[in-house]
Amino acid sequence: MEQPLTHIKPPGRFSTGFREIWQYRELFYFFTWRDIKVKYKQTSLGILWAILQPLGMMLLFTLLFSKTLKFDTSPLPYPVFVLAGLILWNLFQSSVSHAGESMIQHAGIIKKIYFPRLIIPGAAVLVSLFDFLMGFFIFLVFCLVYKQVFHWYTLPFYLSGLLLLLLAAFGTGTFLAALNVKYRDFRYTIPFLLQVLFFSSQVIYPAQGVSQPVLKYVLALNPVNAAIELFRCGLTGQTPDFLLVAAGGTTTVIIFLAGLYFFRKTEAYFADIA
Amino acid sequence: MKPAIDIRNLGKQYELNESAPYVALRDILSQSVKKVFSPAAKKEKFWALRDIDLRIEPGERVGIIGRNGAGKSTLLKIISRITPPTTGEAFIRGRVGSLLEVGTGFHPELTGRENIYLNGSILGLKKAEITRQLDAIIDFSGVEKFIDTPLKHYSSGMQLRLAFSVAAHLEPEILLIDEVLAVGDLEFQKKCLGKMEEVSRKDGRTILFVSHNLDSIRKFCSAALLLDEGKLIANGPTENIIQQYIAGHLTTMALQEWPSGVQAYNRQLLLKKAWLHGNSGVMTDRFDTTESIGVSIQYEVLEEGPVFTHGLNLFNQEQVMIFSSHDVISPLSMKKREKGLYEATAWIPGHLLTEGIYSVDTALFNPNPLDIFIHESDVLRFEIFTDYSKQTARGNYTADIPGIVRPLIRWEAQQTF
Repeated sequence: MEQPLTHIKPPGRFSTGFREIWQYRELFYFFTWRDIKVKYKQTSLGILWAILQPLGMMLLFTLLFSKTLKFDTSPLPYPVFVLAGLILWNLFQSSVSHAGESMIQHAGIIKKIYFPRLIIPGAAVLVSLFDFLMGFFIFLVFCLVYKQVFHWYTLPFYLSGLLLLLLAAFGTGTFLAALNVKYRDFRYTIPFLLQVLFFSSQVIYPAQGVSQPVLKYVLALNPVNAAIELFRCGLTGQTPDFLLVAAGGTTTVIIFLAGLYFFRKTEAYFADIA
Repeated sequence: MKPAIDIRNLGKQYELNESAPYVALRDILSQSVKKVFSPAAKKEKFWALRDIDLRIEPGERVGIIGRNGAGKSTLLKIISRITPPTTGEAFIRGRVGSLLEVGTGFHPELTGRENIYLNGSILGLKKAEITRQLDAIIDFSGVEKFIDTPLKHYSSGMQLRLAFSVAAHLEPEILLIDEVLAVGDLEFQKKCLGKMEEVSRKDGRTILFVSHNLDSIRKFCSAALLLDEGKLIANGPTENIIQQYIAGHLTTMALQEWPSGVQAYNRQLLLKKAWLHGNSGVMTDRFDTTESIGVSIQYEVLEEGPVFTHGLNLFNQEQVMIFSSHDVISPLSMKKREKGLYEATAWIPGHLLTEGIYSVDTALFNPNPLDIFIHESDVLRFEIFTDYSKQTARGNYTADIPGIVRPLIRWEAQQTF
């Protein structure tokens, strides 16, 4: 029988390591499966929680803002508008915070056994994606309730929006995960950073409503805005805001590559410092 | 056949941080401010492993011997890819499994069965392999009744049995065992080692075995490596290497003489000589388990007046302190001394220590209030062995007996009806 040959050498040139992750895909699956299972075993409401959370937030925002601030979200009714933003924001926020904490949580395993480390933040993102799918189901229900029409382009818009968001969340999450191992007090800044990002995301307000020129460009850099834009336009049939999608898409790619690069560069020493 | 492990010029360097192994961002920020005003402090570096060249053939069982900090665990960590080397390279042919990883990734909310799959896949087993071995694993663990109960309802012993059971069924081509890190139920651990040994003999698996217990290495390994301060000192048949280790690192020392003496900080006392001897008074550094060990010191009181007593600490070869004793019995203890030459002897009773190498610290001090005049570490070393012709606490059992000491206990038993 041909035995696998492993070549151990000092960390060398950068590689993504995706081929190795493929070899370890079963572990990837088991980590994700474990986290989903454990998450819903620990809560009494179980999977219902993934549905109730965005639903509750949507109700709250609808009651608060649709009457008082009167955002112009037409042609989307405000509940559908805000739910589209919320499920995407939740996906981003939970991916980033879980992936960011993941390496420290798994320090015990990291110090004892080798496997491609990217699996850990990767699994954290997949767990959040599972929650997203629950929320997305509710979103579809609301689309039907509010008599929204699906078009042929809805699906490609949604898929590309989701892809953008996942890349951005994965990049940010891995970057923070690596930073957290190196600088242990960095984790305390994550909730604050996420808070800032939330208010710069067009979750409860439309980005088009922002007319202040500098602010407009700053908001466009937020990758979450591009994803939300694609999601909403998939329903309305409006042309997505070019600035939002182009700038957000560019930051997404940069964040993804930077996070991946930084993580891969530092991961070899995680076992030494974790 | 190509070697299972082929290591070339391997080295691992660590940076020593003064305090924490990881850094706080706040320190980095404050440091960069400091750097503006002061030259950068040099980080201390040290080589945990250096210039290791090694080839291990498939099916070899190799013991790794060395003192604490010699680089044994670092070598295993590099071979299992947990940490990368700084220099050199290694080629590993076959899957690597390790007993470092017992129970890694177990989750209390999941059932025993689910944890077997999870743990198995962390250890590198494919799902199909786990399924194939599932019955054997459950059977071996002896927790089949609870296999579909969440792990949080298991006792810690049961969890460990399950964990070992998965590890024991790993069947990698190369198995790494670090005895120091494998903890828990000794009985069951032995059952696992037995199972591994069986597998290794039958299927010709390669095994690397780190242990402080020279006896287990003797029994289990065909060859051995000797590491010291990160360097590979020797490599060859087990018995030769063990002899070299004992001769080199654990040299026994029956006599220690200080030509000009060890002076107390207050110049009142001078420690001149320490030596080991048996009941007959003959100097020796080898005792069988039944013999009393005499530890004697000679010292000079240079000025009249000091009040102190004699002390000794005994350590085994794992640097575990067996006991610390001070003289509360001899008439000179805590008596004001006159000038002159003195001798003191401590008798470590027979039927107390287990086989191995021991190291002795001697001291002249006052325990209350604590005032240490002289404390010399690692002054004498001796070896304890079993003389099978005598009655010992072993009885006629020849295999490993766990425990730090092995006193001959008085047992009483009678039929009561």
